[in-house]
Amino acid sequence: MAAALLEMRHIDKVFPGVKALSNVDFTLHAGEIHSLMGENGAGKSTLVKVLTGVYPKDGGTIHLNGKEIYPKTPKEAQEEGISTVYQEVNLCPNLTVAENIFIGREPRRFGFIDWKEVNRRSIELLKKLDVDIDVSKTLDNYPVAIQQMVAIARAVDVDAKILILDEPTSSLNEVETERLFRIVRQLQKQGMGIIFISHFLEQIYELCDHITILRNGELVGSYEVAKLPRLELIAKMVGKNLNDVKDMDKMAEKSVPSDEVFIETNHAASTGQIKDVSLQIHKGEVIGLAGLLGSGRTETAEMMFGLKEVTGGSLKINGKEEKLSNPMAAMKEKIAFCPEDRKLSGIIGDLTVRENIILALQAMDGMFTHIPYSKQVELADKFIDKLRIKVSDRDQLIKNLSGGNQQKVIIARWLATQPRFLILDEPTRGIDVGTKTEIQKMAVELAKNEGMSVAFISSEMDEMVRTCSKLVVMRDRKKVAELTGDQISSEGVMEAIAGGEK
Amino acid sequence: MDKLKSFTSSSLFLPIVALAVLLIFNGIFVEGFFDIQITEDGRLFGRVIDILTRSSSLVILSLGMTLVIATSGIDISVGAVVAISAAVVCTLIGGRGDGAAETPMALAMLASVGIGILCGIWNGILVAKFKIQAVVATLILMTAGRGIAQLLTEGQIVTVYYKPFASIAGVIPGMPLPTNVFIALAMVLLVVFVMKKTSIGLFIQSVGINPTAAKYVGINVTLVLFLVYAFSGFCAGVTGLIESSLIKAADANNAGLNMEMDAILAVALGGTLLSGGKFYLGGSVIGAVTIQTLTTTLYALGVSADQLPVVKAIAVIAICLIQSKKARDLFDKWKSGRSAKAVTADAKAVNKA
Repeated sequence: MAAALLEMRHIDKVFPGVKALSNVDFTLHAGEIHSLMGENGAGKSTLVKVLTGVYPKDGGTIHLNGKEIYPKTPKEAQEEGISTVYQEVNLCPNLTVAENIFIGREPRRFGFIDWKEVNRRSIELLKKLDVDIDVSKTLDNYPVAIQQMVAIARAVDVDAKILILDEPTSSLNEVETERLFRIVRQLQKQGMGIIFISHFLEQIYELCDHITILRNGELVGSYEVAKLPRLELIAKMVGKNLNDVKDMDKMAEKSVPSDEVFIETNHAASTGQIKDVSLQIHKGEVIGLAGLLGSGRTETAEMMFGLKEVTGGSLKINGKEEKLSNPMAAMKEKIAFCPEDRKLSGIIGDLTVRENIILALQAMDGMFTHIPYSKQVELADKFIDKLRIKVSDRDQLIKNLSGGNQQKVIIARWLATQPRFLILDEPTRGIDVGTKTEIQKMAVELAKNEGMSVAFISSEMDEMVRTCSKLVVMRDRKKVAELTGDQISSEGVMEAIAGGEK
Repeated sequence: MDKLKSFTSSSLFLPIVALAVLLIFNGIFVEGFFDIQITEDGRLFGRVIDILTRSSSLVILSLGMTLVIATSGIDISVGAVVAISAAVVCTLIGGRGDGAAETPMALAMLASVGIGILCGIWNGILVAKFKIQAVVATLILMTAGRGIAQLLTEGQIVTVYYKPFASIAGVIPGMPLPTNVFIALAMVLLVVFVMKKTSIGLFIQSVGINPTAAKYVGINVTLVLFLVYAFSGFCAGVTGLIESSLIKAADANNAGLNMEMDAILAVALGGTLLSGGKFYLGGSVIGAVTIQTLTTTLYALGVSADQLPVVKAIAVIAICLIQSKKARDLFDKWKSGRSAKAVTADAKAVNKA
C-alpha cells in the first residue's frame, strides 16, 4: 500500500480530571473511507477535534503527506487540507447557497467581492456533486439533505485532502443517504481520504473500507471492514471478549411481572423519529430499551411521556387508547420520565434540592396552589434519606451536587408523584459505580415491591441484562427484537443490534 | 455576628447599601433632607416623603418587570403602555371645561387598567405562543404604542378638569400620604401575597433557569410566560393612571417616556439577573426608590434637567460596578485576607505570651 496520507501517532489529550485520549494512533490512506467507531465518550470527537485544531493536543504527532503539521485553529487545519462537515449543519440559513459556500474567502475583483464569480463557481461545484439548484436563493429554501451537500461542497472546494464527515446521515432519509454515499464514493475515487463517523452500523458496512475502534480514550484496534463481523465490532466497542459475555450475566433476582398490561404501543410511529414500535409493559415489569444511540430508544420513551406525538399506530394505557399531547397528560396517567440529558432537561440548577424534589408534584397540583413548606421539608427529607442523597442540607443548590446525587434528586422528584410507570433514560451515565448499582437495584425493587412498571434505557448492556425482565432491541428507529427470560444476555442483544448476523 | 453575616451575604445587602450611601450623602450635603413636617390637616411633608411619592410609579412598573425578567424575558413596551392607559382614562373622563366627567371615573379607571392588561396579553401571545424574542415582541408595542395613544387623544394633550381625578396621584383629605403611595404599597403586598400563597414564583424561576427542564416536569411554560407579560401590562396600566393624574392630562408623547429603561434598571439594581432565574422583588422596590432618590438628589444639588442623564449615568455605572460579581469576589477576597491576617496576628500574640 502507498504511504499514508495522514498519520496520527501517540496522541494524548487531557481534560481537567479526565484523560480523553491516551496514546491513540490513527492512519488514513488516500482514497480510503475510514470509519471511527466507539461508544459515547470513547474519544471519537476529541480525536477529530485534535486533528482539526479545535483542541490542542497534549502529546503525539500528526503527519500529513509525510510532513508534520500543528493545526492550532480550524482555519489552519483547513489550509492544510483538512475539511470537516459537522453533525449539525453549521451554515447560515439566511445567506444564499453561494454565499455559504464562499463565506470568508470570496473571490475579489478590484477589492470588491466578485459576485458573478461566486455564483458561477458555486454552480460548478454543486454540479460536480450532482446537485442542480438555484445558488442565489437563501439556504433555508432547501431541505436538510441539500444543505448537507452545500456543506460538503464548501468543504471540498478548499482543496481538501481529507474530508471528515461527523454523523452526516443522522438527519437524512434513505434516498438522501444513498445520494450522499454516491458523492462520498466519487470523492474517494478522486483520491481524497475520508473519515466517516456514524452510529448506523449498516451504513458503515455499506460504505467504509476500514474501521478504527476507540474505547475510553484508548485505541482498541484498526480493522478491515470485510474481516470484522458486526458482532465482534460491537463486542470490541463495549469492551467485552465474546466468550466472557455469557458468564457476565448471572443475574440477581429480577422482578416477576404481573399479567396486567399498563402501557402498550401498537406499531406506533412518530414522523421522522420512530418508524415502528410495538411493545407491552406489564405492571411490576422492568423493561429495557436497548440499541445504539440514534436507534430510537429515547424517542420511544419520549413518545410515552407525551413529548413526541404518536402519528401512526396507537398507544394504550390500561387498555384504553390515549393521546398524550404533553408531559402533563402523561403525568396525569401516572407516568414519570427521568430524561437522558440531566443538565439540559433534568435539573433546575439554581433551585434548591427541596424545590427540585417537589417541582413535579407541585406542577401536578397546579400553579395556583402551594405545597405547604412543612410538607415540602417532609417530602425532601424523606427522599434524601430513602435514596441516600448526599447533601449538606436540603436547601443546597442542586447544581452544586455531584452527577450521581443530581440524578437521585431527579428520581426523587418523580417518586414524589407516586407514579405507576417510571421511565429512566440513561440514569447511570457519568455516575460512579456504587451509585450505579444503587440505581439499578432501586429500579428492580420498585417493580418488585410496589408493582411499578419501569422502563430502563442504557448504553451499558450489562446493567440492562442485570436489571430487566424483558429487553426490547431497537435499530434504525424500529423494534427489531424482543428478548425475555434466558434470551436476555449481552450476546443476544448484540446479535439483535447487528441484525441477526453472527 | 451570625445575623450580620447572613445579612451581608443576603441578596438585599448591596441594594440596601447603595440606597443607604445615597441617603447618607443626602443627609450630609442636602440641608434638611430628613426633615418631615406635618401640616395642619395631617399630611406629611418633606424630601423623603417626596421621594417615596415620586418613586411609586417606578415601583409598580418594576414589579411587573421583575417577573418578566425572571423568565429571562424583557418588556420594553411598558412606557408606551403607560401612555396608552393615560390616554384612555383622560379621553374617557373628557376635557370638559365645566369640570364634569363624561364617563364615571371608576369606569374610566377600569377601562385604562383593562387596556394595560390587554397590551400585556398581546405581548404575552407574541412571546409565549409565537415564540418571538421578547425584545422584538415588545418593541412592536413600544413603537406603535405612542401612535395608538395619539390616535386616542386625536393628537391633543387632553387636560382633565374633573376634580376627583387629581386624587389618584394626590392627597385625599385626611390621609397622611398621596394615594399613589398606597396604590404602590397595595401592589407590592398583592404580589408578595401571590408569591407566598401560590407556586407561580417557583414556576417563573424554573422557566427562567431551565425552560426545557420546566417543560419536562409538566410546567405549562407557555401559560407562565403569558401570565407574566399580562401582569406587566397590568402594572403599566395602573402606572398610566397615576402618571396622568399627576399632571391631570394625557400627553401621548411624554407620558411614561423612558420609564421602561428605569424599570429595567431598578430590577438590575435590585440584584435580579437579566438572564433570568432567581428574582428579588424587595430588591427591585429598593432599586426603584434608589433611582428616584438619585434624581431628587441631583436636582437638589442644582444639576439642571439637561445634564441630569449624564450624572445619573455615572452614578448608575458606579452602583452597577459595586454590585458586579467581580466586585463581590474582590470584596470576599479582601475579607478573607483580612481575617487570615487577624488569625496570624492572634497567633503571634499567643506566641509572645
